[in-house]
Amino acid sequence: MAARAIGPVMLELRNIALSFGGVQALRGISFDVRQHEIRAIIGPNGAGKSSLLNVINGVYVPQQGEIVFQGRVRRRMDRHEAARQGMARTFQNIALFKGMSVLDNIMTGRLLKMRCNFLQQALYWGAAQREEIAHRARAEEIIEFLEIEHLRKTPVGRLPYGLQKRVELGRALAAEPCLLLLDEPMAGMNVEEKQDMCRYILDVNQELGTTVVLIEHDMGVVMDLSDRVLVLDYGRKIGDGRPAEVRADPLVVAAYLGNPSMPEGHA
Amino acid sequence: MSELQFFAEVLTGGLLSGLLYALVALGFVLIYKASGVFNFAQGAMVFFAALTYVGCLEKLPRWTGLAADSVLLVWLALLLALAAMLLLALAIERLVLRPLVNQPPQTLFMATIGLAYFIEGLAQGVWGANVRGLELGIQDVPMDWVLDHTGMIVSRFDLFAAGVAATLVTGLALFFRHSRVGRALRAVADDHQAALSVGIPLATIWRIVWAIAGFVALVSGLIWGARNGVQFALTYTALKALPVLILGGFESVPGAIVGGLIVGASEKLAEVYIGPWVGGGVESWFPYMLALLFLLIRPEGLFGEKHMDRV
Amino acid sequence: MLYREAGQFKSSYADDQRIFPLRQDRHAFWALLAAAYVGVPLLANDYWLQAILTPVLIFSLAALGLNILTGYAGQLSLGSAAFMAVGAFAAYNFMLRLPWMPFPLAFVLGGVTAALAGLLFGLPSFRIKGYYLAVATLAAQFFIIWVLTKFPWFSNYSSSGVITAQVLSLAGYKFLTPVSKYLLVLICVSLFALAAKNMTRCAIGRAWMAVRDMDVAASVVGIRLMPVKLLAFAVSSFYCGLAGVLYAYCYIGTVEPEAFSLDLSFRILFMVIVGGMGSILGSFLGAAFIVLLPIGLDHILSALPGAWLPAGFGSNLQLMLFGGLIIFFLIVEPQGLARLWQIAKEKLRLWPFPH
Ligand SMILES: Nc1ncnc2c1ncn2[C@@H]1O[C@H](COP(=O)(O)OP(=O)(O)OP(=O)(O)O)[C@@H](O)[C@H]1O
Ligand SMILES: [Mg+2]
Repeated sequence: MAARAIGPVMLELRNIALSFGGVQALRGISFDVRQHEIRAIIGPNGAGKSSLLNVINGVYVPQQGEIVFQGRVRRRMDRHEAARQGMARTFQNIALFKGMSVLDNIMTGRLLKMRCNFLQQALYWGAAQREEIAHRARAEEIIEFLEIEHLRKTPVGRLPYGLQKRVELGRALAAEPCLLLLDEPMAGMNVEEKQDMCRYILDVNQELGTTVVLIEHDMGVVMDLSDRVLVLDYGRKIGDGRPAEVRADPLVVAAYLGNPSMPEGHA
Repeated sequence: MSELQFFAEVLTGGLLSGLLYALVALGFVLIYKASGVFNFAQGAMVFFAALTYVGCLEKLPRWTGLAADSVLLVWLALLLALAAMLLLALAIERLVLRPLVNQPPQTLFMATIGLAYFIEGLAQGVWGANVRGLELGIQDVPMDWVLDHTGMIVSRFDLFAAGVAATLVTGLALFFRHSRVGRALRAVADDHQAALSVGIPLATIWRIVWAIAGFVALVSGLIWGARNGVQFALTYTALKALPVLILGGFESVPGAIVGGLIVGASEKLAEVYIGPWVGGGVESWFPYMLALLFLLIRPEGLFGEKHMDRV
Repeated sequence: MLYREAGQFKSSYADDQRIFPLRQDRHAFWALLAAAYVGVPLLANDYWLQAILTPVLIFSLAALGLNILTGYAGQLSLGSAAFMAVGAFAAYNFMLRLPWMPFPLAFVLGGVTAALAGLLFGLPSFRIKGYYLAVATLAAQFFIIWVLTKFPWFSNYSSSGVITAQVLSLAGYKFLTPVSKYLLVLICVSLFALAAKNMTRCAIGRAWMAVRDMDVAASVVGIRLMPVKLLAFAVSSFYCGLAGVLYAYCYIGTVEPEAFSLDLSFRILFMVIVGGMGSILGSFLGAAFIVLLPIGLDHILSALPGAWLPAGFGSNLQLMLFGGLIIFFLIVEPQGLARLWQIAKEKLRLWPFPH
């Protein structure tokens, strides 16, 4: 399905292990992500999917293993460094800035690109004003793309769940990332909202070439969207490959046995 | 007297008064565990309790016609002060906690600062603002036995106060370990839903805990009041419980005790050994700076555990 | 039909990003400024200038400072008054020891010194949050006041640490009258309120609010938490410090370290709570409310026909009222007077048609 050409490996995790006290969330996980692809991560609840995403951009620090991003080998990723290198993400339990408007939330995605210091901002004169307006224009493009123009001044805390997820995607897109990490972007949405979200993700991937790593429980969505799928169970990697291969894998099927979120075919 | 003996004397004095800090801190810990509220008003409650006791003691002879030196008076005053603390606890639960349930902790914290102002105003409004002495019948004189055997001056009063504090702390620890309310309380500390399954309504648990904290405040107020006089400055003394909590952790009863001992001992030592170099008064800030430095080194407290924020 | 936005089309983002996008609001604001700069000096008597307007403005500045730190950046502080003290004593020493220095420079340096102190005591915010930080700021409160009291150098060896503010003069003009002091305060407050508004609607303001609302997400969008928090401490302490300078030089003239007590810190916090966390307007409303309440209360009590009121009744009633009001606002309108004002404006926009 992919119209764009998949490029070389841009991110590689080697033998990552992470534990919290007694809980082993990740046990020696290795996998890679190629440029321009949509990479899905699936697995039952508590499999370690979110933890893996958190390791990629430095929210969690693994006890073991290496992270190779854009050719640099690291023991741990620094959150700030990850953002500067072009990673942006959304969270499973929406992590928007609740007290701020939709517009301001999206504008925070552009903070790294703003250069004026606080004294210039205090004066709001010349460069600071021009910068503010230029970035406002970019934020408005994203607001338009996500079809939330009418909500731009609304505090995000007052939005319904589905729209909050959309705003969170907007904040990530505002950073113009090269790697987009999405933790269950469609959880809790109705069919219509899911379709919208799929369209946004595909558009971003195809038109901007943004690489996407995506955690999702809806197998229909995973089959439709992704180029390759990584399967986790109890912190172990139990499958990795093209969607069709993974679904036929007996190990994967066994892990999902009795789990209603593994449906038969395409949605 | 030798250098070492002097040091030991200061240290002992500090440790004994540290137990009193621990006592005030215990009030904080109880409330924090049960309702997740950082109760800034604990100091005001100590002040209110002590003032109510001495106030009743003053007024009772006129109200009841009892002789001014009757033992009955003391018991009546104690009873009235206890009743006042109980009423206060009920009122706080109804008027402050219940409307603010599920608010962010910072909001509740600020509400208790307001509460502190209210209680201080109320206490002085009812009983007047003048400094009063409080007599518990134990002299602040050196213990002869200790003086004879070690040459150190250890105050009889300090020892008595420390004994009371230790008894209270042990008693409360036992109460919470073995009674039904105690078990419910520990359940609440872990999880509000789980607490419901114990079969005691949350509001009732809060009332009980705030009432117990009021009782603890009364005991602390009596002891501190007998030592320094019942006056507004009592609230500042009680504030020292905050660095105690930082050292010991907000949720740990043993932490409160150890933290109290550290604060008490170190501030006395600092006053005696650093004070003369800088003009004295070190006690006013030393515990806070100690807590601050400590936080820089070990932000999770003495007994806390490191953890990663869940996202 | 006075308050309408109909017909006002915003044709550019620059228009939309003005402080007052609505024309009526702009006009009202200019009218208010004109009244403050021209009307008040012409009409107000010395009592109003000295006892009411000047302190309200000075505390608005302090409340702005605390609001930046607590309301915008989410870092609770209980030591604002101590930073006011640093500002006042620093400016005093600059003017005393470097007599050639023009006073505006000494004022700014007073603020800068307070900012440095704020930075120092903000350092723990790197590792701790919430109440822990609040207790750390108590350390600033007690330690700073102790230092200013115990080291007589700071007050030029006067008895009990009292300083007497020097006469302010600039290019031969001496600020002696209440009007001149009021205008000086007004200029400072307008300038720094504008600066605060600008910061809070720009990148740095968003970074502060992001840290306040969710620090993990903030770090993930690339905000470095430490510099952002420290900047909030520095800017906030600068504002408090400058407020302290004005308090000493334009309001009471003679001041001792103990005047900047924990109680004053709490009152500044109350201004922020009552006025509205995270609101520039709220800082002014809150300061006015908390400064005026005791004055109004005194008037009411003295008008009562009663010598029967016990001594100290007024001040205790004041404590209870403050405490009660804080709890009331936190329960009923956590966003304070600023939010009430906003609601009133929305009502007005719909008036006289309810839909
Ligand atoms: N910050 C943390 N502290 C302690 N344990 C954690 C933390 N984060 C995750 N865990 C544990 O690690 C394991 C993996 O969790 P993770 O959130 O990665 O699973 P998941 O695959 O995302 O599950 P879900 O589908 O429910 O989102 C779980 O047992 C979880 O309880
Ligand atoms: Mg997850």
